[in-house]
Amino acid sequence: MADPKTLFFGALVGLVFGFLLQKGGLTRFRTIVGQFLFKDFTMLKTMITAMIVGGIGIYAMRAGGADVALHIKSTAVLGNVVGGLLFGVGMALLGYCPGTGVAALGDGSRHAWAGVLGMLGGAAIYAEAYPWVKANLLGIGAYGKVTLPGSTGVTEWLYFAVLLAAAVIGFRALRSFERRRQQPTAP
Amino acid sequence: MSIFAKARWSPYVVGALLGVLSWVTFATMDKALGTSTTMVRAVGVAERAVAPEHVAGNAYFTKYLGTEDKPKPWFEWQFALVLMLPVGAFIAAKLGKSQIRESVPDLWREKFGPSKAKRWAVAFGAGALMIFGARMAGGCTSGHGLSGGLQLAVSGWLFTGALFAAGAATAWAAYGRKGANHG
Repeated sequence: MADPKTLFFGALVGLVFGFLLQKGGLTRFRTIVGQFLFKDFTMLKTMITAMIVGGIGIYAMRAGGADVALHIKSTAVLGNVVGGLLFGVGMALLGYCPGTGVAALGDGSRHAWAGVLGMLGGAAIYAEAYPWVKANLLGIGAYGKVTLPGSTGVTEWLYFAVLLAAAVIGFRALRSFERRRQQPTAP
Repeated sequence: MSIFAKARWSPYVVGALLGVLSWVTFATMDKALGTSTTMVRAVGVAERAVAPEHVAGNAYFTKYLGTEDKPKPWFEWQFALVLMLPVGAFIAAKLGKSQIRESVPDLWREKFGPSKAKRWAVAFGAGALMIFGARMAGGCTSGHGLSGGLQLAVSGWLFTGALFAAGAATAWAAYGRKGANHG
């Protein structure tokens, strides 16, 4: 068991995380599937906003000299992409991702229980398949713990500026589109 | 009306608060938000109770649970986080009086019928496929999508792009235009 303080902080973060996911409507099948059908953009709006706010804050703390380490996951192009594709198929059929699926149990979703049991099954199957996947897939396009600014030589602030500009323009356009759809003109 | 009694918050507010939550975990706990590794630890511990030798000999389980000589704690930060996700969602739902009882989602019922067994079987299979993909990619929507995305990690953006493409293709194949127009 990890030390009690670590566990307490983890529990606290989980509590806030689950709370926010429910308030954001992300513990709902229709929100997730609605995003993939381009009908409900809640998921994209939430994720992009979180990336911009979270990313700018963390990179700013580092730039200001704070002792904040990054936690970059390894790039293995084939593994990341094939894994992402399988994940997307599963997520669209389940209507939840792992975090929102577990949180959905507290929001009253019954079928999410089957999803969570399936997730445990999927982890068990992957553990058996791991030697093969590692030998045949994970070495392809393996670049280690790389970031976009690190591998392109372009400052992170340009990435955030572009992301922010795209979000402001994109979400404004989306809002006028949503308004028009809500008030259909008489034929 | 209290903000906590509101059933639904703006996605921009929720997104910004998730960003701030990431500041806190990075700066004070030296952690990034994630969830799917916990599935490996949970099932590894369950399997270990039945077949300890099998788990000890599995390279993926030992990667996260350690070896007999050098065990790693399975009940750690992210495990506690995942356990509390439903509690946080439950509190939010109760305060907002927005809790649902959903065995078969409306959109699913319209397309595939009211059978609970059918829905639950597909949910089980979809959950399994999803975690298999997450572990192959090295993370899920929180680890790769949120944490990886905000750190501008190449892996996170590759994963998120692939998941959106496959998710959209799957949803359109399953529900089509009728699904998109569903109330």
